[in-house]
Amino acid sequence: MPTIVVEVMPKAELLDPAGKAVAGALARLGHSSFTNVRIGKRFELTVNGPVTPEILADAQKIAEEILSNQVIEDVTAVFEAK
Amino acid sequence: MRIGVITFPGSLDDRDALRAISLAGAEGVALWHGEHDLHGVDAIVLPGGFSYGDYLRCGAIASHSPIMAEVIDAAKKGMPVLGICNGFQMLVEAHLLPGGLIRNHHGHFIRRDQLLRVENNSTAWTSDFSANEEIVIPLKNGEGGYIANEETLKELEGEGRVVFRYLGVNPNGSLNDIAGISNAQGNVVGLMPHPEHAVEAGFGPNTDFRMRSGVDGLRFFTSVLEGVLA
Repeated sequence: MPTIVVEVMPKAELLDPAGKAVAGALARLGHSSFTNVRIGKRFELTVNGPVTPEILADAQKIAEEILSNQVIEDVTAVFEAK
Repeated sequence: MRIGVITFPGSLDDRDALRAISLAGAEGVALWHGEHDLHGVDAIVLPGGFSYGDYLRCGAIASHSPIMAEVIDAAKKGMPVLGICNGFQMLVEAHLLPGGLIRNHHGHFIRRDQLLRVENNSTAWTSDFSANEEIVIPLKNGEGGYIANEETLKELEGEGRVVFRYLGVNPNGSLNDIAGISNAQGNVVGLMPHPEHAVEAGFGPNTDFRMRSGVDGLRFFTSVLEGVLA
């Protein structure tokens, strides 16, 4: 089945406490190459039939209106999975 | 007066809110998220809890519940609506209040008896408080950090719509120490702390006089009662 992927990230200027906790754990484990971690979300929308431009536009709309909250998050990608 | 409390899948404090309403002298009406019916109530409480397990974002899925269409319509016509904790998160997700709520800056769930200042006592839910009165009610959440862009913050501050501010300590990193806000009309109010847990002596926060005797939360409900009767 065709799949559309939507990726959502917390806004860059906001503190991401979950990412910060993981970054702290990595530092404690000695992985010193990684200075920061941010945690976002990936949604996989299974489509009933081929992905038309209309369906992709609909996915973009729900990504902005339901899957993310534009006050605290950004939609960083909407694409058909290959 | 009849005040509805809506139960969503994962609501926790709906029964406490109904009890607070009856202690305030009004009739509590249990409402169900899946209906398109407010059963003729005069005001609405969106209770605390973890609706839909906080999946997607806190309050996000509940804000699209069938009954929320009626809540949004009634709120826009001036019906008093109070969102407590998860209910506050629903109100911002439904765009009835501006801004958003994010994970506490320190990453921990927090539960404490919280000192607040009531900075606006002209809303539907705060008229029974005196100006700048300091109150103590319980706070318990993991995602209570209030954020909004600079323009929105300026608007909220300028219009006196910061209804409650944290005093003593900012428990979650909320911008401008904001604990609760209202819409421009003052009928829709949302806050993270829980007034319904401070309504009966013996079960509330400690006071200087006696353990667990704090009942500052009761006046949220008596406020709306007087507003509707007036």
